[in-house]
Amino acid sequence: MSVTLTVAVLLFLSLAGFWLGRNRAVAVAGGRIANLHSVPTYYGTYMALWAGLPALVLILAWMALRGTVMDWMVLSAMSPEQLEAWARVMLAPAELEALLPTIADGASALTQTHRQLLLINIGNLAAGQALYVNPGVIDAITPAAGHLSQLRGLADWTLFGAVMALAGGTLAFTWSKIGPEFRARNNVERIVTALLVLCSTIAVLTTVGIVLSLLFESIRFFTKVPVTEFLFGLQWSPQTAIRADQVGSSGAFGAVPLFTGTLLIATIAMIVAAPVGLMSAIYLSEYAPKRVRGLVKPILEILAGVPTVVYGFFAILTVAPFIRDLGAFFGIPISSQSALAAGVVMGVMIVPFVSSLADDVINAVPQSLRDGSYGLGATKSETIRQVVMPAALPGIVGAMLLAVSRAIGETMIVVMAAGLQASLTLNPLASVTTVTVQIKSILVGDQEFDSAKTLSVFALGLVLFLVTLALNVIALRIVQKYREKYD
Amino acid sequence: MDSMTLNKPVQAAVTQPVKMSARDVKVFYGAKRALHGVNVDLYQNEVLAMIGPSGCGKSTFLRTLNRMNDTIDICRVEGKILLDGQDIYDPRLDVVQLRARVGMVFQKPNPFPKSIYENVIYGPKLHGLATRKDEFDAIVETSLKRAGLWNEVKDRLHEPGTGLSGGQQQRLCIARAVAVSPEVILMDEPCSALDPIATAHIEELIDELRESFTIAIVTHNMQQAARVSQRTAFFHLGDLVEVGDTEEIFTNPRDERTQGYITGRYG
Repeated sequence: MSVTLTVAVLLFLSLAGFWLGRNRAVAVAGGRIANLHSVPTYYGTYMALWAGLPALVLILAWMALRGTVMDWMVLSAMSPEQLEAWARVMLAPAELEALLPTIADGASALTQTHRQLLLINIGNLAAGQALYVNPGVIDAITPAAGHLSQLRGLADWTLFGAVMALAGGTLAFTWSKIGPEFRARNNVERIVTALLVLCSTIAVLTTVGIVLSLLFESIRFFTKVPVTEFLFGLQWSPQTAIRADQVGSSGAFGAVPLFTGTLLIATIAMIVAAPVGLMSAIYLSEYAPKRVRGLVKPILEILAGVPTVVYGFFAILTVAPFIRDLGAFFGIPISSQSALAAGVVMGVMIVPFVSSLADDVINAVPQSLRDGSYGLGATKSETIRQVVMPAALPGIVGAMLLAVSRAIGETMIVVMAAGLQASLTLNPLASVTTVTVQIKSILVGDQEFDSAKTLSVFALGLVLFLVTLALNVIALRIVQKYREKYD
Repeated sequence: MDSMTLNKPVQAAVTQPVKMSARDVKVFYGAKRALHGVNVDLYQNEVLAMIGPSGCGKSTFLRTLNRMNDTIDICRVEGKILLDGQDIYDPRLDVVQLRARVGMVFQKPNPFPKSIYENVIYGPKLHGLATRKDEFDAIVETSLKRAGLWNEVKDRLHEPGTGLSGGQQQRLCIARAVAVSPEVILMDEPCSALDPIATAHIEELIDELRESFTIAIVTHNMQQAARVSQRTAFFHLGDLVEVGDTEEIFTNPRDERTQGYITGRYG
């Protein structure tokens, strides 16, 4: 009996519970629905939820624990003789020597690594993939593999039995509770509230988990590289030696060039996006006739939906050559990968973001303020400049900060258009690299997860996270403060 | 009933010259007609109150007097409105100039999110009425004094206008309108968002302002119309039903609709 089938049967039971509950409610009402506390559907839902949810939780818990429990059962059932036979074939002599004195304790004598190896052997054999198992081992672990297969079959049937018993039990219990006085609606609403709380808890816990993993790995990194070197070092070249005799790979983890690169590109992006986005927002919200607005706004929003990798093409194939040719025309050599090209394209990418947010903010300025200004004989542009913009300013600042945090976090365009060279420069025509690009290029390919090089991405990620978090918090605060003033 | 004929005897009773006059004014919102031809005169230095049940078109009419309806796309105005004999809907007329001459105070106090001082000099600055700081200071002082707000705010002119109480905000808006030295001030239910004490304050103020300005006020409050106005116009379902001396309208209305409204039978 597979888990999928168990879930299917459970679903069926749950539906049956709905039908049972509704019919039971109608029956106890004696033909007069008005006698019931709640509408019959709520009684049905109540039974369906009780039949489905606890059993579902059981299934999930089972699936999470199943592997560990079965491994433990299989290993503890193995005799010391079987273990020794396996160890004699699989382990190096020195490891075997270390193991033998304690082998009478059974599997608990094995180290973590050896236990994993043994479990893999048993698992392969049980799955019929004996080809991968050393023939000398097969004899030693065949009973264990048989035990495992047997346990698996048993486990699935046990689960099925437990689920049926639980669902049946809750069905019987809830069925007996249904009566005209029973407050089914309140109960259903309470269960649904609990479900909603659970879902939001999952989202919050995921965030907390990500932050914690960033934090702990960063701490590991900082035991290898001092915090001060990371934050204030002027050189970034994360290649470290794998063997002591390798040349020229001492590794330097000064993140300053990365942050200046990020800042440079984000600044160029904002120089493009801020005026263009703001002006188009002003046009859309104040000047555009309804029809134009109805047409232009969706188009701008489509621009926001273009995948960033497409902007990346645009950057290398169109913008970068154009900038290079322009430079050649004026006699300035510009590399085909420049901060300028990446920044400009990123700016274009952020324009719809800025304009859409700014448009919302400008629309939120009460019409009464505009009327007041027109009523004093102000023209449209005077009203916009002197009344609407000052009133919308906090919100616009908030929108800009959100856009900056978007620019800082952007990776794809920069990977494609700005290059990988970590040079400490503020020259927009040079090739620079950003934090996100470094994270990506360090993690591409096979990595060992305890080297300073690999761990450095967590530190970079942490700093990036803190910066964008701070920007978002400030931006949201400003926007919120502004909202309160007019609502 | 033709409101022109109703106008005539009243016209004779008032000695002041005509400041603004509306002739057969019709207003359309899209295909819907909101006003069906209004004829009324506004005399210099008088307060004309406009009363009537909700949706009768009194606010719409008020807003045609300084072309505030221009900001609504679907709104169209027919007929003639004259200010000192000049048609304000003449395409050659500058609407900015018009609004400098015909100021407006709105239902909800709407001070700009700027300081009290800047709120008052907003209009004069736009129209270049002053250039030096002492000139602006003088405008601020006289305008706030006329709006009866000077003593309350003279020590905090540079605090935000939005921090004042509702009644003070509305007087600030009146000061802001007065600062441009308009000839006519339109008031659209200026007290409907205020408490009785603030309302009494504004009503007193309207009476004082009448000496220098011509005022048209829309109100839902009949006692207010009786207290502040010299003449009253009663609107109903887009028609100007009756206009005449306030006392006469309230004591001896000629139209039964007017009588029904002021005695509280509907509205």
